[in-house]
Amino acid sequence: MVECEKLGFEATELRLGLPGGGEKSNANYGKRGYAETVDLKLNLSTKEICLDQSDLDEKNLNKEKNLMPNCATDSVKPPAKAQVVGWPPVRSFRKNVMAVQKKSDSEEAEKGTGGAAAFVKVSMDGAPYLRKVDLKMYKTYQELSDALGKMFSSFTIGKCDSQGMMDFMNESKLMDLLNGSDYVPTYEDKDGDWMLVGDVPWEMFVESCKRLRIMKGTEAKGLASGLDFGVE
Amino acid sequence: MLNYFPEEVLEHVFDFVTSHRDRNAVSLVCKSWYSVERFSREKVFIGNCYAVNPERVIARFPRVRSLTLKGKPHFADFNLVPPDWGGYVYPWIEAMAKHGINLEELRLKRMVVSDESLELLAKSFPNFKSLVLVSCEGFTTDGLAAIASNCRFLRELDLQENEVDDRKGQWLSCFPDSCTSLISLNFACLKGEVNAAALERLVARCPNLRSLRLNHAVPLDTLQKILTQAPQLNDLGTGSFVHDPDSETCGKLKNAMKKCKSIRSLSGFLDVNARCLPAVYPICTNLTSLNLSYAPGIYSNDLIKLICHCKKLERLWVCFFIKLIHYTYFFSGVPLSNQGLNWIMQILDTIGDKGLGAVASTCKELQELRVFPSDLYGVGNAGVTEEGLVAISAGCPKLNSILYFCQQMTNAALITVAKNCPNFIRFRLCTLNPTIPDAVTNLPLDEGFGAIVQSCKGLKRLSVSGLLTDQVFLYIGMYAEQLEMLSIAFAGDSDKGMLYVLNGCKKLKKLEIRDSPFGNVALLADVGKYETMRSLWMSSCEVTFGACKTLAEKMPRLNVEIINEGEEIEASPDDRHRVEKMYLYRTLVGPRRDAPDFVWTL
Repeated sequence: MVECEKLGFEATELRLGLPGGGEKSNANYGKRGYAETVDLKLNLSTKEICLDQSDLDEKNLNKEKNLMPNCATDSVKPPAKAQVVGWPPVRSFRKNVMAVQKKSDSEEAEKGTGGAAAFVKVSMDGAPYLRKVDLKMYKTYQELSDALGKMFSSFTIGKCDSQGMMDFMNESKLMDLLNGSDYVPTYEDKDGDWMLVGDVPWEMFVESCKRLRIMKGTEAKGLASGLDFGVE
Repeated sequence: MLNYFPEEVLEHVFDFVTSHRDRNAVSLVCKSWYSVERFSREKVFIGNCYAVNPERVIARFPRVRSLTLKGKPHFADFNLVPPDWGGYVYPWIEAMAKHGINLEELRLKRMVVSDESLELLAKSFPNFKSLVLVSCEGFTTDGLAAIASNCRFLRELDLQENEVDDRKGQWLSCFPDSCTSLISLNFACLKGEVNAAALERLVARCPNLRSLRLNHAVPLDTLQKILTQAPQLNDLGTGSFVHDPDSETCGKLKNAMKKCKSIRSLSGFLDVNARCLPAVYPICTNLTSLNLSYAPGIYSNDLIKLICHCKKLERLWVCFFIKLIHYTYFFSGVPLSNQGLNWIMQILDTIGDKGLGAVASTCKELQELRVFPSDLYGVGNAGVTEEGLVAISAGCPKLNSILYFCQQMTNAALITVAKNCPNFIRFRLCTLNPTIPDAVTNLPLDEGFGAIVQSCKGLKRLSVSGLLTDQVFLYIGMYAEQLEMLSIAFAGDSDKGMLYVLNGCKKLKKLEIRDSPFGNVALLADVGKYETMRSLWMSSCEVTFGACKTLAEKMPRLNVEIINEGEEIEASPDDRHRVEKMYLYRTLVGPRRDAPDFVWTL
C-alpha cells in the first residue's frame, strides 16, 4: 500500500498546474496568499497523529507548524490581526454549536489505539464471499495490501509511489485513475462515510475503519469528495 | 369626508391595514383617526425596547394583544456588547399584567428573559397563545416548564438560537394531557434530553401541529415515530439523524417521510450520518426552505446530492464542510509546504464553489441564500470564493436576499452579480479577512459594491466588507435610496465616508460601524438625522467623549450611551479621549433606569 514516509520535501512541492488553469502564474497563489488573518497553523500534536517516530522527520514537522503563506506580494494595508473579536460576524450561538461539534470530531481522532484485535469485514466487488482481517496484525498499508492481495487475487490498489501520490493531487489524473478498470480499496469509517484507503496515517485508519470494500475504480469516483458531483 | 363615518366603520376599514408602518401612517392623518386607530391596534411592534416604555405603550394601545420587542443592538450577536447591558423583558410583562392587558402573543429578539418573567407571563394572561424567542438569554428549562404547565391555549412555542440553561427537568412533560392546541413547537436550541414518550404523546394529541423542530438529543427512531403520527407537518427540524442506514428504523423513516406530503421546510441535522440522508429524498421535491447550516456532518458531495433533489427551493442556508484532515495527511504525516497547502485549499474551494454550482443549476426558484463559513476554528478555511456567488447569480434570477461568507471577492464578480440580480433587497457579503482587496487586481472593492447599489434599486439592507475606501460610501450615498440598514467594518479612509452615507441615504434606520476611521466631524455634521433613525452604533472609531457630549446636549431626545468595559469610571474623562463603544438611539422616555455601571448615558 502506501509507503510514503521517505518522501522528501521536493516531492511535496507541488508544481503541477491547477485543474483547468495551467497558465496561472505564481502571482495567483496570492489568491490564497492574503491569509494573514487566516491562521494556518496545523494543529500537529503528535498525539493526534499517532505517527511512527522513525518515519518522521520531526525537525521539519516543527518547522512547518506555522504555515503562514509568504506570498504577500499584494499587501496593501496592514491587515487586521488574526482572530479579531467578533470577526467573522457569526452569531455566538452558531459558533458554540460548531465548536462542540468540532470538539467531538477531534476527540474521536485523538483516541489512541486499544490493544484488542480489530477484525473488519472485507468485501470485493465481484467476489463470491467476504473475508475478515485483523487490522492490528499489520503496521503499514503495504502489509495490509499484501495480505489482501493474497486473499483476493487480481486486485490492484493503484500506484503507491510518490508519483502516484502526486497523481491523486492532480484532479484530472485522479479522475483518470478512478475511471480506469483498476480496483480501489475503500473503507467505511466511524461516521459511516466511505473513504478512499490511504489518506490518513495508518494508526488513524485502523482506529476508524469499520469495514473494507474493494471497489471497481468507476464506482469509487463519487468518493473523491465532491471533485465531481455526480447526481445519484 | 371620512370624518363623517361612524367610528365603527373606520375601525372596520383599519382592520385591513395590517402593517405597522401603514398603521403608524394612518394614525398621523388626524386626531379622530389617531384615536380610532389606537383603540383598534392589536399588534404592536417596538424596534428598540428603550425607545419607549411599557406604560406609554399600554396607555396608547390598551387593546394590544400581540407585542414584538427588540432589545440589544445587532452587534451584540458578535460579542461586542458586554453582558448585562440591558434589554430586560420583565418590566414589560409586569406592566401588562398590572393593566389587565389581554396578551396573546409575545415576540422577543435579543432580550434578556428570566425564568421569573416566563412564570409571570404564564400566570398572568389566560389567553396567551404564542411565544417566540429569538437570540434571547437568561432563562432555563424551568421557565419553559411554567409556560407548558399554565398556558392552556398555547399554540406556538418557538425558540430560535437562544442560550438556554438546560436544567434537565422534564419541561416537555409539563404540557398537560388537555393541551391539544399546539401548532408550532421549536426547541432545536435546547441542549438536554426530553422524554421521548411524552413528546410522542404530545404530537399525537395535537392534530393542528404544523411546525416541529427537535433538538439534537431526539434520536432518529423517535423522529420516525413522530412522523408517523404527524404526516400533516409543514415544517420539520430533525433531531439527531444518526443511525445504521440499513436498519429497519431507517426504512420506516423513509416510508413515514413519503407520507408527509405537506413538508415544505426542513432543517436540523445537527448530528448526521450522511448515509441516512436518502430517507429525506421523498420530501425534497416539494421543499421550499432548507436549512443545513448546522450540519457539519454532511460533506459536500452528499450535500450536493441532496440539493439536486430540491428543485423548488426558495430559501437555502448551507455551509460547505470538508474534512480537511484527510487531505492534509495525504502524504502520511509529512507536512505539506505552503504551496501544497495553498493548492489543496484551492481544490477544496472549488468543492464549495461547485456545490454552489449545483445549487445554481437546480434551484431556479431560489430567493434567499445564506452560505456560512465552513470551518471557523480548524486548519485553514476552505470555503467558497467569488466564483460560487457568480454561479448563483447566473442561475437563480429570483435571488433577492443573500448572506455570503467567502475567502475572497473581486469587483468583476460583484459587477456581474449586480447585472444578473437587480432584485436584491438584502445583500450581505462577508470576507473572512475583513480588509482583503480584489483577489485579482488588488484594488479595493469599491466598484463592486458600487455596482450592487446602483443596480439594486430596492436594496434595504447592506453589509460590506473587504478593502474599501471612502469611494464606496459615495456610491452608497448616491444610489442606495431605499437603504434602511447598513453595516460597516474596517472600511473607509476619513469622515467623508460616513458623511456620504448620512447625507445620501434618506431612509436609513440603522447604521452600525466598527473599526473604521470616522470621527467627530462626521458624527456632528447633521445631528437631526439621528432622530429619523432607530439607532447608530460606532465602536473602535475616532469619535471622542467631547463630541458625544456635544451631541447629547444638542439632542435631548436621543440617548447617547457610552459603553466602557472594565475601564476606569472617572468622574470626568478627558474630552479628547476616544470612545471605544457608542450606541445612540432616539427615545421618547429619556435615559433608561436599568443601565449598568459600565454604561453612561450622556
